Amino acid sequence: MAAHDAAFPGWRLPVVAGLALVLALGPVFMTSYWVGLLTQIVILAILAMSLDILLGYTGLPSLGHAAFFGVAAYAVAVLSTTYRADFWTCVVAAVLIGTAVSAVFGLIVSHVRDVYFLMITLALGMILWGVSYRWIPVTGGDNGISGIPTLEAHAGLPVSGPVAFYYVTLLVFVVCTTLMILIVRSPFGLTLRGIRENESRMKSLGFRTWIHCYLSYVIAGAFASVAGVMWAYYNGFVSPTYLDLTASSELFLMVTLGGPATLAGPLLGAGAIVLLKNVMSAYTARWLLILGMVYIVAILAAPRGIWNVGGRKSA
Amino acid sequence: MKRIRFALIAFAVALVPAAGLLRGQAPAGPIKIGFIVPLSGPFAQNGRDILNGFLLLLDEVGYRAGGREIQLIVEDDEAIPAQTLTKARKLVESDRVHLMAGTLLASSGYALAPYVDAQQIPMVFPVVSSDDLTQRRRSKWIVRTGWTSSQPNHAFGEYAYRTLGYRTVATIALDYAFGWESVGGFQRTFEAEGGRIVQKMWTPVSVHDFAPYLAQISREVDAVYALFLGRAALQFMRQYQEYGLKDRVPLIGSGTTTDEAVLAFMGDEAIGTVTSLQYSAALETPDNRRFTAAYRRRYNKMASYYAESMYTGGKWVLAAIEALGGRVEDRARLLEALRAAKPTGLPRGAVELDEYGNPIQSIYMRRVERVNGELQNTVIATVPRVSQFWKYNPADYLRQPLYSRRFVPAS
Repeated sequence: MAAHDAAFPGWRLPVVAGLALVLALGPVFMTSYWVGLLTQIVILAILAMSLDILLGYTGLPSLGHAAFFGVAAYAVAVLSTTYRADFWTCVVAAVLIGTAVSAVFGLIVSHVRDVYFLMITLALGMILWGVSYRWIPVTGGDNGISGIPTLEAHAGLPVSGPVAFYYVTLLVFVVCTTLMILIVRSPFGLTLRGIRENESRMKSLGFRTWIHCYLSYVIAGAFASVAGVMWAYYNGFVSPTYLDLTASSELFLMVTLGGPATLAGPLLGAGAIVLLKNVMSAYTARWLLILGMVYIVAILAAPRGIWNVGGRKSA
Repeated sequence: MKRIRFALIAFAVALVPAAGLLRGQAPAGPIKIGFIVPLSGPFAQNGRDILNGFLLLLDEVGYRAGGREIQLIVEDDEAIPAQTLTKARKLVESDRVHLMAGTLLASSGYALAPYVDAQQIPMVFPVVSSDDLTQRRRSKWIVRTGWTSSQPNHAFGEYAYRTLGYRTVATIALDYAFGWESVGGFQRTFEAEGGRIVQKMWTPVSVHDFAPYLAQISREVDAVYALFLGRAALQFMRQYQEYGLKDRVPLIGSGTTTDEAVLAFMGDEAIGTVTSLQYSAALETPDNRRFTAAYRRRYNKMASYYAESMYTGGKWVLAAIEALGGRVEDRARLLEALRAAKPTGLPRGAVELDEYGNPIQSIYMRRVERVNGELQNTVIATVPRVSQFWKYNPADYLRQPLYSRRFVPAS
């Protein structure tokens, strides 16, 4: 999973093997609660990896990425409850709507860089949050929409329950990860990295960097939409907190904590944050303090993310 | 990672005995109560008050009911609905609690309802007041011991017209379901009497400055109805006085605007404000005096409506456990016992559940006064036995839409 130009420290192979084992067989041993947490990790990993394409590979820091995730989740919720649409209509329409929104937003944001990109994506994300909060006849406002059918029932699967849902999610995860790896290793992905390192040089080499940034943004939006669809089915409801600033910044943390431009890093980051949040808070009311300290230690000890610990050169 | 995986498996293995306890039907081991409130984030203080009320009650009974020990498992949901659900999953599927209680926000309540029904786990809602949870979107497994947002406001609308003598009112409220339902209830009964709501203003929940709103508020009305809570309530009170409105237009509002949780931080600007709620810490009953005194001894502050809500909700839980003699393993019977429970000695006074699972209770009209140097919500009138449907027929009531930004429309 590591980018090929990265130094490959010795600890990674056993970790990848252990991780793959947990992801593949964990639910067989785990209680349904832990299967639920693992499902969360896998869905959020898809989302964090999609942001990684933008943040890690293209160098575009988006603070509104949760918006596409939220739009797709709302699309599933509205279509499946208000319109009683069938499963495939919901899924396909939700991914298309999420991608379409990113295609429109991309036209606005792909011209700007750095802090301006940060601020415009933040503003656009807040607009969508505002829509989810205020367009009450459709979104239910602050109350959100509940009563989304379970994925198993909606898709007519012969099996149901947390383990079944987990393996469906894992399948989606594997497909998305494979596609994302293919994308970042393709000539297109290399161009994105070139833009991250030195955009003016890429321009002078004859690359139309604008269209590359635009496509990177739309691709990231599409994968975020897939994660949003899974999240809507997982929770069975949607609410404006899915696309607020807290969600976007937590996502940002997952990528930076795990290691940007690695794809595997965001998976580690998502896992670390979900586990820390849910395990810590069971033992102490001061869990936020511990979470904060973990972030600080991680930034000091592993500034390039957990995945890059021990690596000689950043990917 | 191997080590983490090992830890995961070890944890799962450790849970097996816990699950085993549940399978044996003989009442052995403690009764586990799962409790979810926000303990971090912007609503942490409210969550803390709710928890305090429960801890006080459990201490009073020595963590025992129906001959069994009670174990309370507290979880923080950060006031994020998805997190509320995650914590509920932990409590039900991992901790194997017998019943759940808690949560603060309507959004969290709505998010939980389908899960609670699917898991068939009894849950007590002491605070969440969204009307529809016991009206058009009822959940079988949720027992509400608190209130509906519109419930005190139905009584208040009539009181404002008949007793306070107001004919025209402007409203200003937080722009979300709690605000709409409260204002809607007030407007409906106030206008049914013949009054008129001439202006309705909504402020964002994250409002920081009321200047633009106070500049717009009509000076020609008989009273201004305000609905805020927490920091926003403090800010609004202060600015209402600074803009010279306090001396010109009387202020009335929702019970949360002058709730004891924020009243302690207010000054003279709050004096004279009339609000309505199913509780006031200044209620002159022996039960309430005992509760507020015990609460003050333990936490060194006035009991808020949040604390009382969970104290009362907790009494409900304990009464149900007692009625079953501690045999809480049968969830259907536990739910029945919760619906049939008749706890006594409640700080707010006698409460009974209607057939939709919402309390029928007294609504108090309260005026902020300074007594012995401290602000309090002095009770100036009591409307007994108020149901969530007010004086309307439930079937007719449920045919009208839920109160919202558009319903009831401004006149």
